Amino acid sequence: MTIVLETVRLKLHDIAHGRSGDKGNRSNISVIPYCEDAYPLLLEQVTEAQVLELFAHKGASAVKRYELPNLPALNFVIDDALEGGVNSTLNLDLHGKTLSFMLLAMPVEVPLDRVREFTNGRRG
Amino acid sequence: MTKDLVHIGCGAGFAGDRKDAGGPVVDTLAKRDGPKYLIFETLAERTLALAQKQKLKDPAKGYSPFLEAYVRPVLERCLAHKIRIVSNFGAANPMGGARKILEIAQELGCRTPRIAVVSGDDLLTVMSEGEIRAHKSIEGLPIGDGIVAANTYIGARPIAEALAGGADIVVVGRTTDPALVLGPLIHEFGWAEDDWDRLAAGTLAGHLLECGAQVTGAYFADPGFKDVPDLAHVGFPVATIGRDGAISVSKANNTGGAVTPASVKEQILYEMHDPSAYLTADVVLDITGVSVAQESDNVVSISGARGKPRPDTLKTTVSFDGGWLGEAEISYAGPNALARAKLARDVIRERCLERGSNAEYRFDIVGLSSTFDGGSAPYPGRPAPAPDGDFRVRAAVSSHSKEVAEDLADEVLSLYCSGPAGGGGFRRNITAQIHTASILVDRNRLAPSVSYCGAET
Repeated sequence: MTIVLETVRLKLHDIAHGRSGDKGNRSNISVIPYCEDAYPLLLEQVTEAQVLELFAHKGASAVKRYELPNLPALNFVIDDALEGGVNSTLNLDLHGKTLSFMLLAMPVEVPLDRVREFTNGRRG
Repeated sequence: MTKDLVHIGCGAGFAGDRKDAGGPVVDTLAKRDGPKYLIFETLAERTLALAQKQKLKDPAKGYSPFLEAYVRPVLERCLAHKIRIVSNFGAANPMGGARKILEIAQELGCRTPRIAVVSGDDLLTVMSEGEIRAHKSIEGLPIGDGIVAANTYIGARPIAEALAGGADIVVVGRTTDPALVLGPLIHEFGWAEDDWDRLAAGTLAGHLLECGAQVTGAYFADPGFKDVPDLAHVGFPVATIGRDGAISVSKANNTGGAVTPASVKEQILYEMHDPSAYLTADVVLDITGVSVAQESDNVVSISGARGKPRPDTLKTTVSFDGGWLGEAEISYAGPNALARAKLARDVIRERCLERGSNAEYRFDIVGLSSTFDGGSAPYPGRPAPAPDGDFRVRAAVSSHSKEVAEDLADEVLSLYCSGPAGGGGFRRNITAQIHTASILVDRNRLAPSVSYCGAET
């Protein structure tokens, strides 16, 4: 008998935090789960392809995901996401500082029985 | 007696950081035993080009315009408690910055400090514009005409040398940010040039401290998700680093903020690309094995940094004339505000584009879509805003012609009488742009040197 667990759709923001940084026209965004046990879920659902799709309308050309199981955390490096970068972009946000929250708005499917655990580490 | 622990605090994480942050850091350091340092990181990529321009106008200037605001409140106590100051507030004119500090010391009536000046980061003194231009930029962008500045990120060794020469204060121009911390550690512990793991740990400590309160709960707070007590008085970081490379990060006593594994993890990954290869002038840092642990309230320990041999090349930021940026904004609020804001945006767009200029334009509605948006299409997953909200129309243009920039601002201004109903709060901003490109240069081309002013040893 297989047991199908029900999931609930949350924002990535509900189970993880992060910060964006910039170098030239490249943005890096960290994604850090509040609860370490949520790391495999992030590995599975927050993929290079999905992040590229999320940033495509800004002109992003490639996404590289680095995995840090020790922390645990993910680090996304997004090429051409900053409309030229701090010294030439016309964006109000020259550095793309707000972009971590664009990524954190992404939906994730969290098993119903783990929601409490995965959102519990907040206020840390 | 061996000194096995060094205490380093940070008083500024960027040019323009809080002017009163250093005080509590100095109070905290003063109570610690062992070697003590206060760093200020005050140089962003574009700051140096602006400083070079300032120096051209007045040869005595070109150091950080915030130098006095940072140094004056803490100088007397730093000298009294043997807290040595290391900062890149030299910018384009480290010697000018050093002279300014001497002047402040004199005015305050404290003892004359011995100040070391590290120079040699200015690539234009050893390389012609043509030779610089012959380098391919890391970003793949061409280096434009009118080079204003070309400064190389030099490493920690000259800072260590300056401290060995008895400096109370070290003033540097362009250096890697972590070198402000690694320099003192090399000086105190005598770490060898190929002691890669130790140099990596010192670089990681520098990376954690260099952004000021970003590791102590600032730029982290997210109410209801990541609550941070008393953010208004967030304490700046104070770290203790061991001879073996052990790092422990805390914050100034009697301040707000929070140091937690989460706040430390965010800063570890800040502006990091490949976590196994964070390139600096001194070492290639690998953080893939790093772990963090809460030691006690507001004290987090970090371990596991590994190092690989330093690269043969050094990064140089080349700054050149980037034409003009024109920006203008106007607000619409209340009933049907969104429709009036959209109409205003469409009017300006139509009038600017029919000019036939090939300049690059952008039109935003702040409150509808601005920073997340690419300037054209709405970003995915955006919730619909209320039509009766509070919206700000923003137009921007980049052009080599100042007239085009001014023309855009005038178009937005004209909405006052010729646009939709109820527009208000017009602001304009026309700024000369400096563009940058990064190149890698052979490290042997630069020979950083240390000179001193002020007191003799």
